[in-house]
Amino acid sequence: MASPADGRDWESRETCEPVDRRDFLWEALKASLGVPIALSVVRVPELCGMQEESDAGAERIYGMGIDIRKCIGCGRCAQACKNENDVPDEPYFFNTWVERYVIRSDGEIVVDSPNGGIDGFPPYKEEGGTLRTFFVPKLCNHCEEAPCVQVCPVGATFITDDGAVLVDEEYCIGCGYCVQACPYGARWFDPVKHVARKCTFCYHRLAKGKVPACVEVCPTSARLFGNVGHRANPLAHFLRFNEIQVLKPHLNTKPKVFYANLDGEVR
Amino acid sequence: MQGYIYPNEFELRWSLLIVLYPYLTGLVAGAFILASLARVFNVKEVEPTYRLALLTALAFLIVAPLPLLAHLGHPERSYEIFLTPNRKSAMAMFGFVYAWYLMVVLLLEIWFDYRRDFVLRAREATGPLKWIYYALTLGSTDLSDRALGFDDKAGRWITIIGIPSAFLLHGYVGFIFGSVKANPWWSSVLMPVVFLFSAIVSGIALVLIIYIVATLFRGKQVDMACADKLATFLFYAMVVDFSLEMLDFIHRLYESEESIEILSQLIEGRLFVSLIVLQMVLGTLVPLISLGVVSPALSWRGTRKVPAEVRRLIYLGCALLVQVGIFSIRWNVVIGGQLFSKSLRGLTVYKAELLGVEGLLMAGAFVILPFIILWLLVKIMPPWAENEIPTSPEA
Ligand code: SF4
Ligand code: SF4
Repeated sequence: MASPADGRDWESRETCEPVDRRDFLWEALKASLGVPIALSVVRVPELCGMQEESDAGAERIYGMGIDIRKCIGCGRCAQACKNENDVPDEPYFFNTWVERYVIRSDGEIVVDSPNGGIDGFPPYKEEGGTLRTFFVPKLCNHCEEAPCVQVCPVGATFITDDGAVLVDEEYCIGCGYCVQACPYGARWFDPVKHVARKCTFCYHRLAKGKVPACVEVCPTSARLFGNVGHRANPLAHFLRFNEIQVLKPHLNTKPKVFYANLDGEVR
Repeated sequence: MQGYIYPNEFELRWSLLIVLYPYLTGLVAGAFILASLARVFNVKEVEPTYRLALLTALAFLIVAPLPLLAHLGHPERSYEIFLTPNRKSAMAMFGFVYAWYLMVVLLLEIWFDYRRDFVLRAREATGPLKWIYYALTLGSTDLSDRALGFDDKAGRWITIIGIPSAFLLHGYVGFIFGSVKANPWWSSVLMPVVFLFSAIVSGIALVLIIYIVATLFRGKQVDMACADKLATFLFYAMVVDFSLEMLDFIHRLYESEESIEILSQLIEGRLFVSLIVLQMVLGTLVPLISLGVVSPALSWRGTRKVPAEVRRLIYLGCALLVQVGIFSIRWNVVIGGQLFSKSLRGLTVYKAELLGVEGLLMAGAFVILPFIILWLLVKIMPPWAENEIPTSPEA
């Protein structure tokens, strides 16, 4: 089983086989040599509870999976997002955008994202030989330990129970601290509403049982959306059968946008 | 633009006004720390500037949050910081630190220091002025020795609380930047300390400027013992400040993390004038060397003997250069920190506008405003020694 790169256990909670409580305790004790016993004891009811529950009752934590190998850089996701979420047309406001990476043979790395990739990418003038090229769709990572939530002085940026990071536009004072605190450049300042904005995972669509607009329009299914706590959905499958990476893991933001086949050069 | 920046980074979110905010707050903290240290350690020479420094701190403190407020997208919602603060946010606590400092420390200290004056002036003045002074006494008009002794004792205690408060006020502003882990230019444990010492430097320099200029305008003689002492303090504070900044610089260079390449590009390119020329050379080295030579910091009579009038001019020039330097520090932190992409692959540019809420004119107004307030304060509450009112015997 490939659990998310940062080793969190949404998956493992569900994938263990039913166990006898005594056996389990014994196994846990053996396995955890040195890990406080109390921790294992506390986890027993939790684990068993999970076993009894069907997937439908499992905790709902939204996440997105992106397969770099599938992305063809068409930019339809970025356009769909602008339409769906009333994002200004100017080329410097994006909830989601697509970057093109060209890694040259001489080690030089060239990145661009003209108009967020919406109009496609101009042909790349090859210089010095090309080693690898690929596209990277980017968006708010809906970090579990979100720096933007931490810094917001009034709590206008918050995490919902299902793990989406949202901005309350009626409440935001427009200080811009969150824009500075986001390591991924995922936030932008609305020039009309004068509040901070960002990707919402199309929360209004989720409420109606739909997936985010970018996921819906992706012609190659490079983007997958679902419940990370869920066992039987395409996202869970994606997380299990791919090597998963997140962006800037050293910052400990615990992103919930998971990349498969991500190159080490991507920042 | 150069290299790659995330599309959302095209617009710098924090503008000139946010440069002013740590600059002004630093002046407050610095002026106050100068006054307090002089009082607590009984430095007789700088006594002529004690009250002036307190009033300066007050004038700048009143203005300090205004650029912040003007910069908000929704200033009308700003009170939410007090009603529903997010306790984990560094910025949310600023409101409380500020209120504590203004109400508990600065206003109280000034009040205890001036109460006797208020009472005497209320007795002497006529017309509405009488009532203004009476109101300022808050009804406590007792001028007995015991009461005056209490004023003094209370003032001393507040000063003692005040010093850590002033450290807190500005160290805290440094923390607002230093705690942003997403930004390698800001994220540093040294940030609050560097902010603090640069604040002390700027505060001493400001008081020195105001003292010399105001004395000349009033046609009085500058007390050179006082000016020399201030210059000496300024020199010491600058040595510490400069060492800390060098430490930060060398540390970064030596650790040479992922971000070093883009930060070097930033310093060599976009920040060359403001960091190397203005901050380092003109704002630090030139005044440091000049003060070292002419002030009594290094040897009792100064390394070179310079006549008082010239010394005074050199002090004034140095203090002005220091202001330019400290302003550049704030600029380099706030604007510099947004000129490179968090992708660490490119640089962007900042274009300050002239008009508008975030423009140069507005910023200029915020710099002039504290001086107008200070002028008013000095009119109502003269801080000069010769205005000292002898206690009338009938108290
Ligand atoms: S990616 Fe940025 S905006 Fe999104 S949750 Fe993380 S820190 Fe916040
Ligand atoms: S801009 Fe709005 S959401 Fe962002 S930190 Fe400030 S108040 Fe919070």
